[in-house]
Amino acid sequence: MRKFWVIFVASILILLPFLCSSFSPDTPTDRRVLVLLDDFAIKSSHSSYFNSLKSRGFDLDFKLADDPKIALQRYGQYLYDALILFCPSVERFGGSIDVAAIINFVDSGHDLVIAADVNASDLIREVATECGVDFDEDPSAMVIDHTGYSVSETEGDHTLIASDDFIKSDVILGSKKITAPVLFQGIGHSLNPVNSLVLKVLSASPSAYSANPKSRLSTPPSLTGSAISLVSVVQARNNARILISGSLSMFSNRFFRSGVQKAGSTTKHEKSGNEQFLTELSKWVFHERGHLKAVNVKHYKVGETNEPALYRINDELVYSVEVYEWSGSSWEPYVADDVQVQFYMMSPYVLKTLSNDKKGLYSTSFKVPDVYGVFQFKVEYQKLGYTSLSLAKQIPVRPYRHNEYERFIPTAYPYYGAAFSTMAGFFIFSFVHLYNK
Amino acid sequence: MAAPETSTAAVPTLYTNNTLRNAFGGVLSFFILLLIGVMAFSIRLFSVIKYESVIHEFDPYFNYRVTQFLAKNGIYEFWNWFDDRTWYPLGRVIGGTVYPGLTLTAGTIWWLLNSLNIPLSVETVCVFTAPIFSAFASWATFLLTKEVKGTGAGLTAAALLAMVPSYISRSVAGSYDNEAVAIFALIFTFYLYIKTLNTGSLFYATLNSIAYFYMVCSWGGYTFIINLIPMHVLLCIVTGRFSSRLYIAYAPLVVLGTLLAALVPVVGFNAVMTSEHFASFLVFIILHVVAFVYYIKGILSPKMFKVAVTLVVSVGLAVCCAVIAVLIALVASSPTKGWSGRSLSLLDPTYASKYIPIIASVSEHQPPTWPSYFMDINVLAFLVPAGIIACFSPLSDSSSFVVLYIATSVYFSGVMVRLMLVFAPAACITSGIALSQSFDVFTRSIKFQLPGISSNTEVDAAETSSATAEAQNDAVKTEKSEETSKNRPSKKSKKKEKEEKPSTKAKAEKRLLALPLDSSVISLLLLILLGAFYVVHCVWAAAEAYSAPSIVLTSRSHDGLHVFDDFREAYGWLRHNTDVDDKVASWWDYGYQTTAMANRTVIVDNNTWNNTHIATVGTAMSSPEKAAWEIFHSLDVKYVLVVFGGLVGYPSDDINKFLWMVRIGGGVFPHIKEPDYLRDGQYRIDSQATPTMLNCLMYKLSYYRFVETDGKGFDRVRQTEIGKKHFKLTHFEEVFTTHHWMVRIYKLKPPKNRIRGKTKKSKSKTSSTSSRGKRSGSGKKNPWQ
Repeated sequence: MRKFWVIFVASILILLPFLCSSFSPDTPTDRRVLVLLDDFAIKSSHSSYFNSLKSRGFDLDFKLADDPKIALQRYGQYLYDALILFCPSVERFGGSIDVAAIINFVDSGHDLVIAADVNASDLIREVATECGVDFDEDPSAMVIDHTGYSVSETEGDHTLIASDDFIKSDVILGSKKITAPVLFQGIGHSLNPVNSLVLKVLSASPSAYSANPKSRLSTPPSLTGSAISLVSVVQARNNARILISGSLSMFSNRFFRSGVQKAGSTTKHEKSGNEQFLTELSKWVFHERGHLKAVNVKHYKVGETNEPALYRINDELVYSVEVYEWSGSSWEPYVADDVQVQFYMMSPYVLKTLSNDKKGLYSTSFKVPDVYGVFQFKVEYQKLGYTSLSLAKQIPVRPYRHNEYERFIPTAYPYYGAAFSTMAGFFIFSFVHLYNK
Repeated sequence: MAAPETSTAAVPTLYTNNTLRNAFGGVLSFFILLLIGVMAFSIRLFSVIKYESVIHEFDPYFNYRVTQFLAKNGIYEFWNWFDDRTWYPLGRVIGGTVYPGLTLTAGTIWWLLNSLNIPLSVETVCVFTAPIFSAFASWATFLLTKEVKGTGAGLTAAALLAMVPSYISRSVAGSYDNEAVAIFALIFTFYLYIKTLNTGSLFYATLNSIAYFYMVCSWGGYTFIINLIPMHVLLCIVTGRFSSRLYIAYAPLVVLGTLLAALVPVVGFNAVMTSEHFASFLVFIILHVVAFVYYIKGILSPKMFKVAVTLVVSVGLAVCCAVIAVLIALVASSPTKGWSGRSLSLLDPTYASKYIPIIASVSEHQPPTWPSYFMDINVLAFLVPAGIIACFSPLSDSSSFVVLYIATSVYFSGVMVRLMLVFAPAACITSGIALSQSFDVFTRSIKFQLPGISSNTEVDAAETSSATAEAQNDAVKTEKSEETSKNRPSKKSKKKEKEEKPSTKAKAEKRLLALPLDSSVISLLLLILLGAFYVVHCVWAAAEAYSAPSIVLTSRSHDGLHVFDDFREAYGWLRHNTDVDDKVASWWDYGYQTTAMANRTVIVDNNTWNNTHIATVGTAMSSPEKAAWEIFHSLDVKYVLVVFGGLVGYPSDDINKFLWMVRIGGGVFPHIKEPDYLRDGQYRIDSQATPTMLNCLMYKLSYYRFVETDGKGFDRVRQTEIGKKHFKLTHFEEVFTTHHWMVRIYKLKPPKNRIRGKTKKSKSKTSSTSSRGKRSGSGKKNPWQ
């Protein structure tokens, strides 16, 4: 093991120059994943999930959460592209990892998967809070749903929930519809509605609430109804993606395999939707889907090809940009009809939808407004599930030069006439006045 | 056309007696003038010797940058220059908003020197433009005063002007500002006007228009000329001094001058549309009416003339009333009555402080204090009244102009300290006249009474060289007035001529007015002492008071000289450590320097053309951190620069300017209210300060980490301990602070990568419900960490 470790570090060191940025522009998909576990039993009990990751080419590195040797970075370079926290009960991470380290890991553009559970530790809650997700503060509370539970042989306490309230996004959950409900057993969390970065992927039904199933409910539960989110994702401003689930067991082989029948429903599914749901979600979280890049921003005057240093007011110009989407293995043209460009100076003076040629090239042409100043070509493309594109290119717009105005204006001909006739008249007058004697 | 010929023809006949003497006088005055020029140049070099050859202050940096552009790209590019590095994102059309005179002058000098294979840098040329032009200005003063009162007065006035502190303050080497060339242009235009008035030559009238054009190119102060000259013309008409010379002096100036002025892009149609120029047109009309009346009077019999007058007056009055009514209606329809803000604040000194804080905020637009008169013109203040009296004996067209010039400029200098500069030449001219006349009187008295010399011929004994010139001038005038007496139909002037005619008799009387010997000797000595005091004061002012470049500061303490070079340190840091397209926000005072020295885009600068934009920056500076961050972020600002003098006691820092930011910001954005920043009407930053004050961005950026310097946070400018000592910045981070903390540069933090949840970090264990209520961020110190 130790030898392997040395080799691993050595290979990392050799690869260091190539691993400097997390999403290299060529392949945004993560490769090296650190999995922190409470105990190694999870490795086998959740092997289906891990195997699906491995089969897609991920390099999983399993460690105990309190292993004193774990580290996210070495010599200022991150050793991993993503982190999976399957350690809901850990009170302190081993090694150099703490909340700040994890947050920095995310802030430098890496991905994170957090699975909490009943009695989730403060540490895990804190990480979740930093990401914008608030778990129910009652440590023993679980999500209970007396109408949306999963029918099973034993009449339980209705904490095993079958939910099919997914987010409607093909980008996040894949284009294939998830037919079977997803089994969930764990704690719920709430999102701040003003937080635009966090999305509720799987939400509880309106009849759900969060409380301790073992004790009587004395006060109204703090979290109720569809305000409870079961699984959420966060896409940070730097496009790092975070998956937060209130249940670790939903990743387990047992839940993956078990059949499901939602209470009140007659259809019994042979297999729960967990596997499809979580696999598709992991594709999104690890940037196998929904990752856009914009390249080759060009602008030029109509009829020219070179990019000018500045435009003149009322010039006709062409703006084009190529947008590609990462398919998991290659960059494919991104096709959409809602990419817009702004010609912006404190407020957009021109707002135009770009037309695309289905090969990734988006372009439009417009007339520079009759206002001079320092403008920007701005593309702010934020679409559900996709990484946000934010392009800004500064371009000054100058007024007419002194010799670009019209020399003779037709409406001014009376004035020209007046000026010249006055001159002629004065000349004649002087001539007559001087030589008339 | 006839007048100049006769005058030159008259000179030789008069000179026959003492040609040699006059030749000596001419050579002597030439050398004196040369020396005056050398002195005017060299007295302004203290700044280069004491500091270095560097551009001073704020505006000169802009002029320097423009000149560099001109030297590099040529005049057409300069004319069409759209500058995208200032007033982001609006930009500024430099060619159309700048008075190009100074830049073109320096650019031409540079080009000329380079084509002569003298490779000087643009900066060197810019640094020395002002001293060169002050030499020109003193020569122009000589010419002007000579036209008024003769060579002696001219030389004295030139010497006085060469070293008047008020002018030195604006024209030391490195003070590369419009005024440097504009004062020369102003005096030279006046000289050509007087010259035209004295000679009636159309040639000089044309030159006058061209000089006026140069003045319009150089400085907005040209409106002073185009109002003063009409005033003088009106004065001449009212006092019955109308003559064809007056017509020639004025009419071509208005027509040609206005046409030429309209060619300057920054003036353009303003030359005919704004109220500043109306006076000249009105007087132009009056002049023509008067000329026409004189013409009619000449061809009609007196009886017919009376009939014609009543007819014309009644019709004319009606027409005039109608025209004036229309004019008034037009002018009144515009909100500022057609006047620009600066001009209005000249007419009503309280205007700016009431309505336009941005004009009132500039220190050079404030009224001067009494000591500043003594500082800036020194003994001239006492000599000016004597000079005015001298101008009245006898009162000629030209001397009445000098009186008018000094009267108006005294008023204007009392309104705006900056216009002391216009007042200084007038003071020098009148003082020169006064000094020269009194020297004249005293030396003549001495000569007349000294036994050895009195035995000489009467004419020789009475006249020193200056007196010769003066007498000769008088004689020329008498001759001329006799020649042109038919052109002066006014009764008053005719009467005057009758008095002037027996000039030889008057001279004889003058000689009888000789003072006693001893008193004249003592007075002479006292006058020389006065002059010496003036020279000492001027040299001191040039060396100590006015040669600091203001970007480098020095202070002398018991342990030697301290040099504060913080500004250039900060601008150098910006130039080397920030991206080329980064935007730097600061109060507008530092805009020109930032673009010129750091080569970074600024939001506002010293060309305060857009009040809203400046108010936006003022609002940001007076807002709490978060609001300020949002304002700056919306303007794409990357860095914020503040000037802080609390550590070294530099009084003109941003905290002392802060109330103007509040006022200007509040003028546009009413949620900024000045009383919020004042405790009981007092501006303070100690523990008594208002919470608004202690939480505004300017306070925080100025005093961030200040307590770490001495443990108490004692501000040496305000002489107090600051109110809020320990605080952290949430939306800004300090990136650079100069050696003496005079310039502090902050960077805007990027927007948060994540948005935190509601739950509080530390309290979540203990009390879950109480932490609910609290908003995120309020308790946490730094959500960005």
